[in-house]
Amino acid sequence: MIAATAAVAFVALSSAAVALFPRSILVFLLFQGSLLYAYVARIPGWLRATLLGAAVLVLMPVIGTYNGYYLEVATQVGIFVALALGLNIVVGLAGLLDLGYVAFFAVGAYSWAIFGSPHANVLFGGTGFPLPSWWFYPFLLIGLTVAAGTGVVLGLPVLRLRGDYLAIVTLGFGEVIRVLANNLDKPINVTNGPRGITPISRPPLPLEVSYAVGFYFLALLIVVVVILVNRRLEDSHIGRAWEAIREDQLAAQAMGVPLVRAKLLAFASGASFAGVMGVVFSAKQVFINPESFTFLESIGVLAMVILGGMGSIPGAIVGATVVTVLNLQVLKGLSLWLNELKNAGVTIFGYNLANLPTQLEPAKYERMIFGLILVLMMIFRPQGIFPARRRQRELGEQ
Amino acid sequence: MDFELLVRIFPQVLLDGLLLGFMYALIALGYTMVYGVLEFINFAHSEIFIVGAFVGVELLLGLKSRGVLDTAPWPLVLLGVMLAGMLASGALAVTIERVAYRPLRAAPRLIPLISAIGMSFFLQDVIRLTESLWRNAFNLVYPTLEPLNERFELTSTLDVSAKSLVVIVAALLMLWGLHALVNRTKIGTAIRAVAEDQAAASLMGIDVNRIISLTFLIGGAMGGAAGVLFGVQYGLINPYTGFIPGLKAFTAAVLGGIGNIPGAMLGGIVLGLLEAFAASYMSLLTGGAFGAEYKDIFAFSVLILILIFRPKGLLGEVVRERA
Repeated sequence: MIAATAAVAFVALSSAAVALFPRSILVFLLFQGSLLYAYVARIPGWLRATLLGAAVLVLMPVIGTYNGYYLEVATQVGIFVALALGLNIVVGLAGLLDLGYVAFFAVGAYSWAIFGSPHANVLFGGTGFPLPSWWFYPFLLIGLTVAAGTGVVLGLPVLRLRGDYLAIVTLGFGEVIRVLANNLDKPINVTNGPRGITPISRPPLPLEVSYAVGFYFLALLIVVVVILVNRRLEDSHIGRAWEAIREDQLAAQAMGVPLVRAKLLAFASGASFAGVMGVVFSAKQVFINPESFTFLESIGVLAMVILGGMGSIPGAIVGATVVTVLNLQVLKGLSLWLNELKNAGVTIFGYNLANLPTQLEPAKYERMIFGLILVLMMIFRPQGIFPARRRQRELGEQ
Repeated sequence: MDFELLVRIFPQVLLDGLLLGFMYALIALGYTMVYGVLEFINFAHSEIFIVGAFVGVELLLGLKSRGVLDTAPWPLVLLGVMLAGMLASGALAVTIERVAYRPLRAAPRLIPLISAIGMSFFLQDVIRLTESLWRNAFNLVYPTLEPLNERFELTSTLDVSAKSLVVIVAALLMLWGLHALVNRTKIGTAIRAVAEDQAAASLMGIDVNRIISLTFLIGGAMGGAAGVLFGVQYGLINPYTGFIPGLKAFTAAVLGGIGNIPGAMLGGIVLGLLEAFAASYMSLLTGGAFGAEYKDIFAFSVLILILIFRPKGLLGEVVRERA
């Protein structure tokens, strides 16, 4: 009872506080914290569902009217949650370390970017492009299929490699895709090279809402679908096969698990989520170039999965949220704050902050965050914050 | 297609390829030695390598600002800087092993790999942070040692700079030294014994942990030396420069047969040559459609092909599957 009151009060107060102080990052972090509390608190299931549902369906869009950036953050969180859930299948369930995951995201993004912008005219001639903007919705499926196909094409030759070799080869593959995107502006201009593609059409929205709200709900919808698919997969025949492969490939094979097919399926389903979100991402950004699809992004998504707990769906969601918020808000907030202190010439312990080196920008240190997460989690809590039950049994007893 | 041009640039490309190859070979040793002993890819080795380069550039810049860089004899300066780089990188490698890998030695094999990837990213930004605070810049240029810029014209189509010669000689000396250490000394025997069978080695009275630390020290030192040579040869470094050469050196190690020391040397040289030829000839052969910008893809394709068709590499033995 106390927990229930506390959860309701926490969510209500923190969202009211966001409305009162729309510029304060700390308050928005408090709001996010309240959602996490509502999730972990010992409260009845219906109350938890109501609270979380109200928060993401009603409170978040309302907060967006006070500070549009928060809605942008929430949309980004949605995109990364879907990516983390996709990678979770590959790394968490099937135990295949994929270091080039962002390549599938890129494939999805470029598939809509090329056809949803005038760029396709350069490729095919004529003036028939961009496709009418409603094509965005079929392209969600096309992006999914193309990415899944890429997953299979990559998977076929490399899946019989051992785990660590597989990791390096997928890394190489991710880099290959990025270098291709960077250089395929000649001999045939497919990707327009480092200049990127713009303007990419945005989808028509069914209601009279702003694009920010529209993309937020679109991302949310896809995340919900992805979660449902993930949960069904996890308990399905193929999900069990994946976990068997992860635990002991040889034993799984002896029990009749078709190794190649199961691994290919894992690759393809993980890739398909990234492909769908790639399409959404390119439409949301209006502009894409190869810079968005670097190795750093792959490692970022990996850090999300590891932080939350490999193989755990709530873990992937929480991991993606925490890492995205760290990147978009905490590091950036720190940068702004430091700059303000610097400009004001504040002195700490006799050191004038105005003398701080100009090259010091906390916003640029996301690698440090990712790196710390990976190392610390591996050493102290390899099963993650919200471990999957089976995974916990495997890793927790050491 | 200009056949005559292809022939004319051949010796120069060969030389550039060898130079690159020796660099890869030195870095590849770090990967291969650690893999030989622990069956583990030390992903952070690329940062161990670049830390050597940073220690080198800091020392050289320090000497320059004191005005002694041009007066001191250059072989002495270079030797001192290389030793410092080796020491720093070796110490870093040992520390990383102690902190981030040793606690995970019994864990499933992907766990330490993820830790190593994290270490690599963490170190990149630590270098950036340190240099930003210390120098307010993290893209650094190696100060030139004047005598090293001299070029010798061997033939009308081939000239070689003094620094390239120094890099090749230094690399050869170190490779020879390592080979002797591993094959002719007691320590080397112990390293090979631990690589062969840890349990049996420890029963024979070998302190396995010390040998593993030693392996990281030697591999790291080689990487640090390569870092200084890399800086001297190519000039510009930043905290993220190490990543691609590191990945390619790993490719070289796999190409030669991972865990195999002569294999790493051979793999490095083969990969360096392949890359140099790909970078110069691809554009000529395809009429400019595909140029040097694809050389990274080329190295990765080599890696993928080797792993698929000959995973034990050119000289390697079959590596056993271990859960």
